[in-house]
Amino acid sequence: MSGAHDERRLGSDGAAAANDVAATQRVGIIGAGKLGMTLARAAMAAGYAVAVASSGPAERLALSVDVLAPGAVASTVQDVAESADVIVLAAPVHRFRELPCDLFDGKILIDAMNYWPDTDGEDPELAAADGGSSVVVQAHFPGARVVKSLNQLGYHELDDYPRAAGAPDRIAVAAVGDDRLAVRTVMHVIDRLGFDPVDGGPLAKGKLLEPDGSPYAETLSAEALARRLSSL
Amino acid sequence: MEERKYEFGLDSFMAVTVGPDGEPIGGDQVVRDTVEEGVLAEEVGIDSFNVGEHYRDDMMDSAAPVVLAAIAGRTERIRLGTSVTVLSTQDPVRLYNNFATLDAVSAGRAQLILGRGSAVESFPLFGYDLRDYEDIFEEKLELFVKLLRGGTITWSGKYRPPLTDVVLTPPLPAGNLPTWVGSGGSPESVVRAARYGLPLMLAVIGGRPERFRPLVDLYRRALAEYGHPTDLPVGLHTLGYVAATDEEAIETQWPHWLQTFDRAARERGWRQPTRAQFDAETAHGAMFVGSPETVAQRIAPVMRALDVDRIDLHYALGQVPAGKRRASIEFLGRQVFPRVRELLRADPGEREAGSPASGDVASPVRATHAPAAR
Repeated sequence: MSGAHDERRLGSDGAAAANDVAATQRVGIIGAGKLGMTLARAAMAAGYAVAVASSGPAERLALSVDVLAPGAVASTVQDVAESADVIVLAAPVHRFRELPCDLFDGKILIDAMNYWPDTDGEDPELAAADGGSSVVVQAHFPGARVVKSLNQLGYHELDDYPRAAGAPDRIAVAAVGDDRLAVRTVMHVIDRLGFDPVDGGPLAKGKLLEPDGSPYAETLSAEALARRLSSL
Repeated sequence: MEERKYEFGLDSFMAVTVGPDGEPIGGDQVVRDTVEEGVLAEEVGIDSFNVGEHYRDDMMDSAAPVVLAAIAGRTERIRLGTSVTVLSTQDPVRLYNNFATLDAVSAGRAQLILGRGSAVESFPLFGYDLRDYEDIFEEKLELFVKLLRGGTITWSGKYRPPLTDVVLTPPLPAGNLPTWVGSGGSPESVVRAARYGLPLMLAVIGGRPERFRPLVDLYRRALAEYGHPTDLPVGLHTLGYVAATDEEAIETQWPHWLQTFDRAARERGWRQPTRAQFDAETAHGAMFVGSPETVAQRIAPVMRALDVDRIDLHYALGQVPAGKRRASIEFLGRQVFPRVRELLRADPGEREAGSPASGDVASPVRATHAPAAR
């Protein structure tokens, strides 16, 4: 239905763009907490080459990666930024500003972070962002192709719900971003991870995917999620 | 072969309960009820009674050592501890003073679980910045472990004034304050517990507890890597409620579960709770709700699957009235836990064939961590 695995739906940019969209081989994950490790495991299962980095040294991370996401590589933030085709930012949201602004220049960056004042502390800039926290993340990394996605489900759901394309109980994950080719690439990744991708529009629509947003933390079909997003 | 020792404990967050009129009772009464519950726990044979730490209007557990000392004065055997102490926003020196004193009052029955805090209202209350969440805990844990080892302490750090040639009192007899590290499943905190050679308490409040098994493996591999014995105990904190029948337990707990998780969903960005979710949690998730036999049959396989030595059950969630909380304690102590012991004795799971070999390097605090002996 809305699955990006259906190449005919990839848009009018032609075969070259479609190839680009499907070309992701290396997924990098920044943040080695519950979400980061779950995504690393899911990406390994989907057949990607996966590198995980956290704020500490790679050696210290190696054991956790080896046990929790076997096959993935413990790496440094710098190496992940350089080598991955698609990078997932799964760090605590109060820490993304510690990363250099030009770190992800030209890269597709999936912002999977959420801002909860109760756990992150008050952050006036994030609180005031009408378009959601990813707009602030994009402003911090102006050269990155930011797509907001993979933030809407808990790590339990991300662990439990991956399904083959076409499975009747496959659930949806939305992606929003201003770089449309980046969004389509991320949708392809979502599909390979085992979820139906839904294009939620421009980055500022990301507010709808955040805590307090209506479809947040719900397991919905692609059709239901798309309907919900268009009604908001 | 020596039989494996287990610890079966209770956790209380000292929830404000409802009285016969359906209205919340006074907080002071909740405190006194909790003391009675601790005393009852000993009477029915439970190994430990552990109190949480919150600063909010629906939970009265803001001063655990005071409540535990009151229970200590009326009991002789039960271990008295915390279901998690938010070390990040406590002064490790004051924490030592309180728990070394509790240990003296109770003749060696004090124990602790230290965590970063899942509920974080203590940060603004005591003037800490949530952005320092990771660093504060690391520093304070390092200091507290040093304090546990005793002797003359010289230390300096970022989050409390330096200590120069300080000797803390009362002295703690060697090995008398079992101190565990609590984790909600973050790999980082699991590895940290291993780094300090402290036992690990995993808190699972949603989803299948078996999901945490890789973290237990990570803990044991990290222990080996850091040169600690690999058979340090691992515990599980989870939720439950026991009544005479499954139906009674489920229908009593349901409205209070809903209210508790509804509030948590609004505060912490979790999904809105539903009856389907409650049913899934009680069927195979982190809610052990039902008759004594049902709950025992849920607990034993989970303990086997996770290879844990200890389970602390939060024995009634939310505003469940005091009388029903007491009934849950009686069922747990007299029926559920003895039955779980029986089930584990019949089939202890993978460690039956002998415990993993201990490392040669003894952790200086290791002797303090044996689970309560029976």
